[in-house]
Amino acid sequence: MNGFLGWIEERIPLMRVANMHAIQYPAPRNMNFWYVFGFLATIVLVNQIVTGIWLTMNFVPTSEGAFASVEYIMREIDYGWVIRYMHSTGASAFFIVVYMHMFRGMIYGSYQKPRELLWVFGMFIYLALMAEAFMGYVLPWGQMSYWGAQVIVSLFSAIPVIGPDLVIWIQGDYVISGATLSRFFALHVIALPLVIVILVFLHIIALHEVGSNNPDGVAIKHKKGSLPESEKTKYEIHEYYTSKYDIADDVLPFFPHIVLKDLVAFCIFLAAFTYIMFFAPEMGGKFLEHPNFEIANPLKTPEHIFPVWYFTPFYAILKAVPDKLFGVLAMFGAIAALFALPWVDRGRVKSWRYRCGLHKVNLIVFAIVFIFLGYLGGTPQENWKIIASQVATVMYFGFFVALFLYSKNENTKPVPERIPK
Amino acid sequence: MKKLMCFLAFFLPGVALAAGGNVHLDKAPIDLSDKASLQRGAQLFMNYCLGCHSMKYQRYQRSFQDLGIPDELGQEYLQFTGEKVTDYITRAMPEDAAAVWFGAAPPDLTLVSRVRGEDWIYTYLRSFYADESRPFGVNNTVFPEVGMPHVLQPLQGTPTRTYEEQMVDGEMVKRYVGLKSDGKGSMSPDEYDQAVADIVNFLEYSGEPSKLESHKIGKWVLIFIAVLFVFVYLLKKEYWREVH
Amino acid sequence: MSNVSVDATESAHNDNQPENNTRRRFLTVATSVVGGVGVVGAAVPFIASWNPSAKAKAAGADIEVDISGIEPGQLVRVMWRSKPVWIVRRTPEILEELGGHEDQLKDPNSEAEQQPTFAQNRFRSMKEEYLILVGICTHLGCSPQHLKDGAFEEYVEGVPDGFFCPCHGSKFDMAGRVFENVPAPLNLVVPPYQFVDDTTIIIGSEAEVA
Repeated sequence: MNGFLGWIEERIPLMRVANMHAIQYPAPRNMNFWYVFGFLATIVLVNQIVTGIWLTMNFVPTSEGAFASVEYIMREIDYGWVIRYMHSTGASAFFIVVYMHMFRGMIYGSYQKPRELLWVFGMFIYLALMAEAFMGYVLPWGQMSYWGAQVIVSLFSAIPVIGPDLVIWIQGDYVISGATLSRFFALHVIALPLVIVILVFLHIIALHEVGSNNPDGVAIKHKKGSLPESEKTKYEIHEYYTSKYDIADDVLPFFPHIVLKDLVAFCIFLAAFTYIMFFAPEMGGKFLEHPNFEIANPLKTPEHIFPVWYFTPFYAILKAVPDKLFGVLAMFGAIAALFALPWVDRGRVKSWRYRCGLHKVNLIVFAIVFIFLGYLGGTPQENWKIIASQVATVMYFGFFVALFLYSKNENTKPVPERIPK
Repeated sequence: MKKLMCFLAFFLPGVALAAGGNVHLDKAPIDLSDKASLQRGAQLFMNYCLGCHSMKYQRYQRSFQDLGIPDELGQEYLQFTGEKVTDYITRAMPEDAAAVWFGAAPPDLTLVSRVRGEDWIYTYLRSFYADESRPFGVNNTVFPEVGMPHVLQPLQGTPTRTYEEQMVDGEMVKRYVGLKSDGKGSMSPDEYDQAVADIVNFLEYSGEPSKLESHKIGKWVLIFIAVLFVFVYLLKKEYWREVH
Repeated sequence: MSNVSVDATESAHNDNQPENNTRRRFLTVATSVVGGVGVVGAAVPFIASWNPSAKAKAAGADIEVDISGIEPGQLVRVMWRSKPVWIVRRTPEILEELGGHEDQLKDPNSEAEQQPTFAQNRFRSMKEEYLILVGICTHLGCSPQHLKDGAFEEYVEGVPDGFFCPCHGSKFDMAGRVFENVPAPLNLVVPPYQFVDDTTIIIGSEAEVA
């Protein structure tokens, strides 16, 4: 490497890092539709940060000025409405993409050894994302911002002994107020984004250390010296990997093949994203809730208070349990169960393609139950919904119980040695 | 996999439909691209609504520009208390008096269309009826016990709940057949409906002025993405040709 | 960067079709160009959002001033675009004196573009009687003091009235013209303005030429 680039490379290994992680990184050649969502999540993260920075230029983080400043951005800043809708659509897009990304991990066993830590980092990102989205929604200071915050923060009062004091401490006041808004603003704008970016960085490092999984759950890195020359990859893969393993010809270099595949997915995603942004940013009240176009009024409670759609499954679980403290525990338990997945699943076969039929049913039912819980949590209460959400909650946790039980001695199909051609 | 996606595709629309409602709402026959309607609606709003309700997140000049009204004409016909054309549309009523006179301060209407929806407002403004028991002598079937007087009474007259004698199962029964105006307003029922539609149209515009531009830009963005997709797809196919 | 994989492919498969490479190159360039257009398009809202908002434009709009109440010799201060604007009703003595010290001025004929064309004269105004200036020193932005009734003479001998900037000592005469040997390089700015009638002016724009 010559000249200026060489001078730089001697002092900071930009090219080496780029080659190792973005160009000559070995990726399985059978990555399918389910494998685009990690890339899309990164794109959405960048979108949220850039549009977020721009919104912060004009947003006023006080209870007196917040609501008006959002309308100011929408009406008086040139193209302010574009930036606002990119941010609000991006928030929902983030969760759609992340839920698909997580489900991919579940169906292909991407949480199994040696990727347990990768999964745990991902779960921490999910937690941070939920906190970030919750606080972000409070900022416009509409009726739903205020009352949603009121409901969720007051959950903490269920904690024995310290509960009520904790709530006042979180709020910075005796009720949700401007004090709460300004601290949520600081956390939402800089603290949590920093945490999320660092976690994403660690998440990708952890991934690259063990390598990507694939829809067949088949290894693409083999013991050094175990493969004949004809079966090794002809592509240029970085010696960080080739010095430790024999890389089979099941592999493609990340650049340009995987990048191009991801770009195709990006175009399709962009079409859906921009359609929603320009033609239906409210999405029938699911992405931008109707009551939130009314300024927060502490004296007037809205008829129905729901969190935004991506929280509704957990909200349903919370409401399903009649006791306040146990409802909160069930809600957090639902997330904790996901954390524990690498250890709940005692199987060794990764992909559901080669696992027993019960496992496929279990996963599909889990997905349906999750969506159904979302419906129950996001619509006005009716009598039949109380029983339904209790049944659905049991089924949600039942997924983990069942998996724990049958994964020990599961009837799996033989997993191929190499990626099927 | 494909089966799963099909399943989800069927399920998700059902989630969106679950909204729930009590009163039947008429569909508001509005068209945001109808500038004449928007202009009439603006005039009706300034004449009848601005006395009590503000539209304080919108500047006059923005409405004038989007509706195709020159600043001078707007100032003459749509502004009554000497504000500048760049001022926000604030109400004539003093702030502290509002809550005292009406119990609750009449809410700001800039975003009412995004909160209530155009159908609700359209039906609401056509659902006032005479009710002696109320402070202003009127009630509303869409918003029971509402604190708002029937400001558009000069146009519609006063509707009353009307009953008709009807034969049911061999007996004469008094049946409720809806609200009918006493005809003392200056407009016929059809004219009144159109006037309300104009107001609702203006409120729909005021809730989201960018919507007009948004659809135009969005169309071009989607066309661009389609073109980009073709190139990206062909490029991907080209490099992946050798794989498999 | 793409050379890496092109070489790899060529060594991997021996089907070296030259048209393959040309097609590849064309598609890469074409996609990059279209993508580049997209990036520029996406940047537009972010850059445009920095333009003055409707609020800024409203605050920066023209102002109308009633000058009927100004006494001869009096200076009235108004705000326009967050800047102080002076309206001075000059007496005949002041107007006469303006020709008496032009050898001490840096730009006596207002050749530098610090005023609208109608003000490129000795009086630097549309009507001699009324002087309208932006009250910001052309050195580093302080607002000079109006010294009248002889108070200016301690700074420039023989000149009874003028503007003196306390920050670094710049001096201007009663037409806003800057003196020699002071830090300020230019005459004070005359804003665009117009007379609606004899007692009202609009500051911020000139009258449209019929």
